Amino acid sequence: MAEFFSLNEAVSRFIHDGDTVAMEGFTHLIPFAAGHEVIRQKKRDLTLVRMTPDLIYDQLIGAGCVAKLIFSWGGNPGVGSLHRLRDAVEKGWPRPLEIFEHSHAAMACAYEAGAAGLPLAVLRGYVGSDLPKVNEQIKFIECPFSGERLAAVPSVRPDVTVIHAQKADRKGNVLIEGIVGVQKEAVLAAKRSIVTVEEIVDDLGASVNACVLPSWAITAICVAEGGAKPSYTLGYYDRSNAFYKEWDGIARDRDSFLSWLDSNVYNQGA
Amino acid sequence: MSLEFSASEMMSVTAARALNNDMTCFVGIGLPSEAANLARLTHAPDVTLIYESGTLQTQPDVLPLSIGDGELCSSALNTVSVPEMFRYWLQGGHISVGFLGTAQVDRYANLNTTLIGDYRAPKVRLPGGGGAPEIATNAHEVFITVKHSKRTFVKDVDFITTVGFGRDGKARDGVPNIGKGPTVVITDLCILKPDPTSKELVVTSLHPGVSREQVVEATGWEIQFASDLAITPAPTEQELTVLRELKARTAAHHAGQ
Repeated sequence: MAEFFSLNEAVSRFIHDGDTVAMEGFTHLIPFAAGHEVIRQKKRDLTLVRMTPDLIYDQLIGAGCVAKLIFSWGGNPGVGSLHRLRDAVEKGWPRPLEIFEHSHAAMACAYEAGAAGLPLAVLRGYVGSDLPKVNEQIKFIECPFSGERLAAVPSVRPDVTVIHAQKADRKGNVLIEGIVGVQKEAVLAAKRSIVTVEEIVDDLGASVNACVLPSWAITAICVAEGGAKPSYTLGYYDRSNAFYKEWDGIARDRDSFLSWLDSNVYNQGA
Repeated sequence: MSLEFSASEMMSVTAARALNNDMTCFVGIGLPSEAANLARLTHAPDVTLIYESGTLQTQPDVLPLSIGDGELCSSALNTVSVPEMFRYWLQGGHISVGFLGTAQVDRYANLNTTLIGDYRAPKVRLPGGGGAPEIATNAHEVFITVKHSKRTFVKDVDFITTVGFGRDGKARDGVPNIGKGPTVVITDLCILKPDPTSKELVVTSLHPGVSREQVVEATGWEIQFASDLAITPAPTEQELTVLRELKARTAAHHAGQ
């Protein structure tokens, strides 16, 4: 059964140095508050997994928390590059970053396989792409029935998955609405999970087909109001496109990044 | 009376015309998204637009800044999970057109959105493949729209993120369960199509007022022109009006956030 914690306590208890951590969210519901708590607690040597590492991963990489990144698209959506990610890959600052690069289809399948308890995912993918040449995690197998050549990637099995959602009820069941991304699969694939929510309610008001994660499939729930800002939570607040654009300027320069980190993360409480 | 229009408007209008009502289009962000929504707001009101964030049959009033903007979800018929989107809808064969942009394209329409330079020591690290590698092989055909310049149109891409026809034009030959690949590339100067045999991109239509020399100058290989080279029809007043209104609505919307 999920237990309720403060965000500070949950990150401290369930995320350890060296862990493989997935903080998922597909533009929507990105767990910024939780990511900032990871930076404040100075977690180190993390392997981060995510289909679309955006600003929060740029911040974690720039803050020196990350040793490896498994991803399929690492950019600032609608704006351009992630400059902290680029600095780590191109110049090794603040530390070298090892990357395992996939396509979205492969990552989505890898999470599904993780949730299904399988060691690998199979897809009709990577035909003619150079990605298999640079990523040893991409291999090809022959279908035992048709003989078709198919791509195979190892399933994603994070130590911890962190997601943000609209709400939980008092028993710890969680409702996710809108663009649900790969969050359900990421939670079910992980050994432990932390879900931050906008609020706790008496009744989820979920339709029978809604995306609900039951309490018994989650480790920890924390209330983090506005926990996805500057991304958005459908039904609560909109995406701050202005901040995503502003981030391009902040993150281009190491000093302006570090000064932003001091004012907006290290010197803020959870 | 001739209308005033920019090269970029010419590109969007031409790209929009490539779509029709019967198509189910997996839309990339940026130029493809602009063209796909222009098509929906003009000649193809029933074109089905799908974005990789999981939105099925979306009809946004303004262009999304990112692939998962709330506008895409709230105006969609339905929103599904990302694994479902890639496995059932794309890999399952329900997408007729993948509409892609790119950072680099080469003579065999291979796309590079990964990096410039060497993989382990890149000069410029780009965002990566995202959905494109499998969109390019699982959609029945692929449309590409990109601004024309020597930096973008290179003889050989530094990295094949997303296959067109491979380094030799033959990457799709004999591969089962694969789409036709790129059938058209639309730029701000012209329309290019792969030669039926060699698969090398050939200019089939010049936009109004564009010379062959301009295209040669903006292309990083010895570009060929079709023997029956056409002139692309200019945008109509209605197309320009709808495009300008869409862009103005979009700018006002994003400025408010």
